[in-house]
Amino acid sequence: MTAHDPEALRRPNAPTTTYRYDDYDAAFVRERVAEFREQVRRRLSGALTEEEFRPFRLMNGLYLQLHAYMLRVAIPYGTLTARQMRRLADIADRWDKGYGHFTTRQNLQYNWPKLVDTPDILEALADVEMHAIQTSGNCIRNVTADHFAGVAPDEIEDPRPTAEFLRQWSSLHPEFSFLPRKFKIAVTGAEHDRAAIMVHDIGLRIVRNDKGEIGYQVVAGGGLGRSPFVGKVVGDFVPRHDLLAFLEAIMRVYNRFGRRDNKYKARIKILVHEKGIDDIRAEVEAEFAAMDRSVFVHDPEEFERIAGFFAPPPYESLARDSQILHAAKLETPAFANFADVNVSAHKIPGYAIVTVSLKPIGGVPGDATSDQMRVLADASERFGFGELRVSHEQNIILPHVKQDDLFALWRMLDAAGLATANAGLVSDIIACPGMDYCSLATARSIPIAQAISKRFADMSRQRRIGKLGIKISGCINACGHHHVGAIGILGLEKKGQESYQITLGGDPTFSASIGEILGPGVTAEQAPDVIEHLVDFYLAEREEGEAFIDTWRRIGHARFKDALRREGEDGADI
Amino acid sequence: MALISDGRFIEDDWRRLAEEEALPKAGKVIVSLARLPHALEVLGPESALGVIVPNTTEVLALVESAPRLQLVSISFPAFSDGRGFSLAGLLRRAGFKGELRASGRLVADQYSHAVGCGFDTIEIPDDLAERQGEEQWRAALNAYAMSYQRGYPGRGSILEARRRAARP
Repeated sequence: MTAHDPEALRRPNAPTTTYRYDDYDAAFVRERVAEFREQVRRRLSGALTEEEFRPFRLMNGLYLQLHAYMLRVAIPYGTLTARQMRRLADIADRWDKGYGHFTTRQNLQYNWPKLVDTPDILEALADVEMHAIQTSGNCIRNVTADHFAGVAPDEIEDPRPTAEFLRQWSSLHPEFSFLPRKFKIAVTGAEHDRAAIMVHDIGLRIVRNDKGEIGYQVVAGGGLGRSPFVGKVVGDFVPRHDLLAFLEAIMRVYNRFGRRDNKYKARIKILVHEKGIDDIRAEVEAEFAAMDRSVFVHDPEEFERIAGFFAPPPYESLARDSQILHAAKLETPAFANFADVNVSAHKIPGYAIVTVSLKPIGGVPGDATSDQMRVLADASERFGFGELRVSHEQNIILPHVKQDDLFALWRMLDAAGLATANAGLVSDIIACPGMDYCSLATARSIPIAQAISKRFADMSRQRRIGKLGIKISGCINACGHHHVGAIGILGLEKKGQESYQITLGGDPTFSASIGEILGPGVTAEQAPDVIEHLVDFYLAEREEGEAFIDTWRRIGHARFKDALRREGEDGADI
Repeated sequence: MALISDGRFIEDDWRRLAEEEALPKAGKVIVSLARLPHALEVLGPESALGVIVPNTTEVLALVESAPRLQLVSISFPAFSDGRGFSLAGLLRRAGFKGELRASGRLVADQYSHAVGCGFDTIEIPDDLAERQGEEQWRAALNAYAMSYQRGYPGRGSILEARRRAARP
């Protein structure tokens, strides 16, 4: 059943271009909810101790945080329908405080659910073909993908069928659900990496070989956290028919040999680092050769069945450039800014990809109220075939908007406070929840993001600065991806005081690099000053059209350090 | 210790020998990996032999003796340590046909994982068996009608079912 299925279109709010559960999927998710309901009951009756209950509640997305439980809902490969978005809004209203937080791994977090309510929340999710399965715990996590999947002009193949295939394969895997540590997989099928695959436990890049066959470059051992590593190639070209067997082999090597003596050294990146990629590759290849691959061999019919759900929506045949768009931009400068910054090229003439920023100036990065979620659902139905995406930058994407409709869409978003024209700019900050919510945090992150965002409130200045990724984590676990921010900020605690360590030169794409430390930590109050000085120095030094990361790579880390020191001597108190 | 098989608590007719205990002349005995070579040497056909191994054991260490073993018990030092699941699968792949036993503080919620990886029986301490009675283990076994994976025993595979439906 695809978007072209006339029956699917007749159904109100019918999903269009994403996977639909069949009876098996629906039964599985219902069984999972029933099992969890029973686990909660057994926890309350004492049949399960808290220690025993923990991995099972985590594998159903339920964390115990600083103030309350937190439920993390999976949005597989970041794709959701208008109907699903509305259900997320309803859950926020009924069981939470009327908002949700979109995360860097294409999940949605509710910060205030009650333990006894969670089975009902999971049931409400199952009604719209959603779940919270494996969004936490030491298992294979929600598989993420490029948020421009299926619409990016630079795409070799839509990564979502692969991601859905892996979602199913990894769900309640008998062998790989009690791993040394969490395990994250990301897939991209494009020439530009928008899924940060180099910093995942396994990154999959869909490639085409000389013979024109599709396969996967398999990268393993990437990760952030307290020991950041860029992943290394473990399989240069794994043909599609071998993918599952190859992944089983990697997982088995990791499950057996990954360290379990120290949770901070338990990720596959440490195994790869300590043994060396050549040893790991040899182990994986030996396991691959020894196993019975016949049961994992690619099933083209099943893959085609899944791929069929991701068929393109019924696009109209349009001119490449829209006169309506052109005129509206001339007439309304605020809209022109939005169109220049938040709109990306689409592979179909006359269409555009719209990024809806969840980073209003001074707001909480990634948060959306239930009303905003409903506006987004409405907007997607009116202007975009009822489909939405969540990006790892914590924004919402409308992937198929007619250029002719952009102005009308913008007005709708603007009225709901959703038209901040800062996608990719300095105030489009990625930040973890930090000390405001998280029990692991050593410092606040949201207020730092808000302060920096306010410092750069002048949008014309932001556009002058151009694309610049600031990423903030409130502890060394690095949920805010600070290591791969062009400017990264890490909140630590030193002698009872919050201290922010700044790094420069991080890059989450195929040219991945881990940021380098700028110098001693600064206070929360100083952080916006330091960021501003760094940005000003970049503006003074940059060559025509050069991004921050490229200037930093050209002139070197030391120049930035010197510049900051000189600023300090000139009287700025840093 | 309690022993679970097919969702029921059953009598254990195996005896696990303490290190200092002498090998009996007959009966079903489980020895440590260290004592296995000696036991293989001295025990005759009137004895049934089993071995308990750490979850870090290399399969190669067991392959040679596998045809003479009627039971391999894999220790789970913590219920959250999943190495035993991989080792079980590797032993089955190496052709071990006898009873495969998981021994440790496994919880009922892991039962279908264990069966999926080839275990026949689960051995748990009594205090755990008291909290998690037979009905909880049976419920865990029946929690799911089918699974997404192929190549793991236990429940039917969703992929297989779809394939059958597509090719009537």
